[in-house]
Amino acid sequence: MTSSTTNRALWRGARNSLPFIFVAGPFGLLFGVVASEAGLHVLESFSFSIAVFAGAAQFTALQLLEDNAPTLIVLVSALAVNLRCAMYSAALTPHMGAVPMWQRAFGSFFIVDQSYALSIVEFENKPDMSIAEKWAYFWGTNIIIAPLWVGMTLLGALVGGRIPETWSLDFAVPIAFIAITATMLRTPAHMAAAFVAITVSILTAGVPHNLGLIIAGIAGMITGAVVEAEIEKRTGRLL
Amino acid sequence: MTPEQHFSDAVLWTVIIGLALGSFGLRFLFLGFVGDRPLPRWMLRLLRYTAVTILPALVTPLVIWPQSNDGQTDPVKLCAALATLAVGYLTRSVLPAVFAGAAVLLLPALLA
Repeated sequence: MTSSTTNRALWRGARNSLPFIFVAGPFGLLFGVVASEAGLHVLESFSFSIAVFAGAAQFTALQLLEDNAPTLIVLVSALAVNLRCAMYSAALTPHMGAVPMWQRAFGSFFIVDQSYALSIVEFENKPDMSIAEKWAYFWGTNIIIAPLWVGMTLLGALVGGRIPETWSLDFAVPIAFIAITATMLRTPAHMAAAFVAITVSILTAGVPHNLGLIIAGIAGMITGAVVEAEIEKRTGRLL
Repeated sequence: MTPEQHFSDAVLWTVIIGLALGSFGLRFLFLGFVGDRPLPRWMLRLLRYTAVTILPALVTPLVIWPQSNDGQTDPVKLCAALATLAVGYLTRSVLPAVFAGAAVLLLPALLA
């Protein structure tokens, strides 16, 4: 556990995060633009990205604010999108848990799709990494992407509001979310969950206060969990 | 030119602060509080399907009844959504899917 091995872990994390530049960059930019189209000032968009630091949840909240959904529904829906961060936190805990509380608290803020995915793969492939190396690798996955996300939001907020209507920017969020969802349809359980959520969201479109979203989400989650359990029972294999 | 905002600044800041605290809470929940105790299996199971259900449930009504078209179905937007889904599913990659959707969406404007 010398400082040179932790340094190496840090830079390996940073290097492995490079492909995510092409995800976090455009999405940060898009958030800034969409936020400014929704009437947010530059400081508001910037604070949003720094404080919340979760793209999909930010887009969800913004879309529901535009729809004039009640504040509670905005919060519950956006946090539901972010529930997966709790799952990431649970998965990283056995690897990263044995450090002082302040470090865990500070690190928690940076648990996002990209840092989780890169870190968990690395930790599982290299079980003999020390905890210092694991934390260094985790910071490495954030050292480029986190500033990029916030910086691109700022840039988007500065250029936004000047984009012509024929570009159909109102449809940017649906396209982004469909793209994210499509790449997540890995197993029959994921497909069943998404299919039920879509169907229920159509059936509950008339339910007031955007509550249909919550109903559809819960129905889809239960479906996914049930299908997963059923497949596991039949094949005797863990998904 | 600043676009019109459909909600008050008070609501916006409530959402930003609430979401910031809530998101941090979710991330801190296990790493901070639980330590390395194991979690119930059913809970991890449900958590696994949150994103794959909430995101399409949010988007589906916007695709079928887009507000910019006064709630009338717009064939171009429908095709753009399907193209995004197909390319995303086949390539397992977000960016090609976004480009496919954007291409279909902007095609009529480019041809006009």
